[in-house]
Amino acid sequence: MSQPANAKIAGKPGSEPSARRRVFAEFWFYFSENRGAVIGFWFFVALVAIAILAPVLAPYAPNQQYRDALLSPPAWQEGGRWEFLLGTDAVGRDLLSRLIYGSRFSLFIGCVVVSLAMTGGVIIGLIAGYFRGWIDIVIMRIMDIILAFPSLLLALVLVAILGPGLLNAMIAIAIVLQPHFVRLTRASVMSESTREYVTSARVAGASPFYLMTRTILPNCLGPVIVQATLSFSNAILDAAALGFLGMGAQPPTPEWGTMLAEAREFILRAWWVVTFPGIAILVTVLAINLMGDGLRDALDPKLKRS
Amino acid sequence: MLGYLARRIALLVPTVIGITIAAFAFIRLLPGDPILALAGQHGVTAERYEILKEQFGFNRPIWEQYFDYLQNVLHGDFGISLSSKRPVLEEFLTRFPATLELSLCAIIFAVALGIPAGVFAATQRGKFGDQALMGTALVGYSMPIFWWGLLLIMFFSGFLGWTPVSGRISLMYYFPSVTGFMLIDSLLSGQKGAFASAASHLVLPAIVLGTIPLAVIARQTRSAMLEVLGEDYVRTARAKGLSPFAVIGIHALRNALIPVITVIGLMVGTLLAGAILTETIFSWPGIGKWMVDSIFRRDYPVVQGGLMLIAMIVMLVNLIVDMLYGLINPRIRRQ
Repeated sequence: MSQPANAKIAGKPGSEPSARRRVFAEFWFYFSENRGAVIGFWFFVALVAIAILAPVLAPYAPNQQYRDALLSPPAWQEGGRWEFLLGTDAVGRDLLSRLIYGSRFSLFIGCVVVSLAMTGGVIIGLIAGYFRGWIDIVIMRIMDIILAFPSLLLALVLVAILGPGLLNAMIAIAIVLQPHFVRLTRASVMSESTREYVTSARVAGASPFYLMTRTILPNCLGPVIVQATLSFSNAILDAAALGFLGMGAQPPTPEWGTMLAEAREFILRAWWVVTFPGIAILVTVLAINLMGDGLRDALDPKLKRS
Repeated sequence: MLGYLARRIALLVPTVIGITIAAFAFIRLLPGDPILALAGQHGVTAERYEILKEQFGFNRPIWEQYFDYLQNVLHGDFGISLSSKRPVLEEFLTRFPATLELSLCAIIFAVALGIPAGVFAATQRGKFGDQALMGTALVGYSMPIFWWGLLLIMFFSGFLGWTPVSGRISLMYYFPSVTGFMLIDSLLSGQKGAFASAASHLVLPAIVLGTIPLAVIARQTRSAMLEVLGEDYVRTARAKGLSPFAVIGIHALRNALIPVITVIGLMVGTLLAGAILTETIFSWPGIGKWMVDSIFRRDYPVVQGGLMLIAMIVMLVNLIVDMLYGLINPRIRRQ
């Protein structure tokens, strides 16, 4: 967000195609300087492709049981079978197929949670930062209350209220993550609203709604996007943790955390049922965090080159 | 400083009231009837139900119930656990030392490795050592710690057979609890092998709980060091001809540590959230496992009281960190 100085006066940053392309080119320049970020980005693209193409890529249906191959080890290990590349779980389901289908859940969870938390958080933060006064005080005290509880504990309790399940887990995680968006948006709205371009738009007769959404908001989005990537990986981790504790997606859903919960009792007998779902979670979260680091470098001028 | 303290505490009052309301509302939002839950499988007759309802005050206006509840809390009465029939506060206090001991060891582990790693990475900026360490830190930061715990159990307990899988100490040892910290109590007991047993039970959970803090501390130390290393006084110290060790270890690190200490202090919420998973995996008898078990058992008074006590601890620690920060950095106080 370092370029649109001239666009800011008009109140519509980057509205011309060429300006937009220039902003994007600058963004990509800083982003691609971070090698890890580029790796993370391409891995994420690959994951999206895997999720979309799951029915084509997966050798079997995720819940198909093969009674003759219970806890069959990975193909390269003694006793393993090549038709089950990463082995099977305790009821004879192909692990690779379940992992491939599981990517759909993780990405879905990340998208839904971030959309919910970001939309809610940005709107609330915008209102608090723009209007200030008692509205701001009330909103920020409520956010303080949410933040006083450890996130996973609050999510657990919320799921206990709403009832276990993937949808409720996503709602609970979105509620827990949204104060971060509120705080961030509020802080940048407060620092932006005193700038001259906002005053000039106000003098020109822009309504508060127009000022909030069209003048101020586009210039606060940088940190919000960075926070969104962080929240995406947090959402995947928390949803997996809730699944692991039995409060998230319910068996036989091939969600990675739920798969780990089912695998727990075989920990000393079948290393593959425990190891692979965890690697899937770790690598996905790592890719997103790498991307988040690159986004921060590219979008936050203060941190550039630090 | 006193004025700052007073202002900070005044700001906390609405939050504390909010927390009590949230915890109070929780038990009423849960699906199911608390009286039927209390009665258990046998159920109650209609008359007995009415008597109980009156006894618990459920037939009175909701705000009256809230003020009663608040009054009890202020007197230290957080209710009685449905499953153990013991006061919630008493249960909390018997389990809290276990979580505290685990968290302290996790933080010691994280600090002991994280600060040197961060300092080293900063001095090697951009070189292989820096990239390798920061790459590892990002892996640690992205770690699903419940899986990490299972992996460590699989390797160290299952494959190598070095460490026990669960609990705080082997059942062979029994001694009275003096401090509540198993490491100290086992030493005080003077029993041979007791300390080793306690330590071997503690090491894996502490590593698991300390992994994310370790990654955060290493990253924070590196960026704080990079900032400080560019300052004039560091250049002066170098120009004076001081050894690199003295420049980095004494002049730079001391100033870089201020933001790092703040981050450590604010980590208490992360630790308590991590304790829920770590304690569940290792059957560690602390408040994290206690809360999870209570949520599953639908032991409402425990969940309600536990939520409130945990939130209060988080807030209290954050307040203390803020105070210390204000003490170190006077500019903050005037804001």
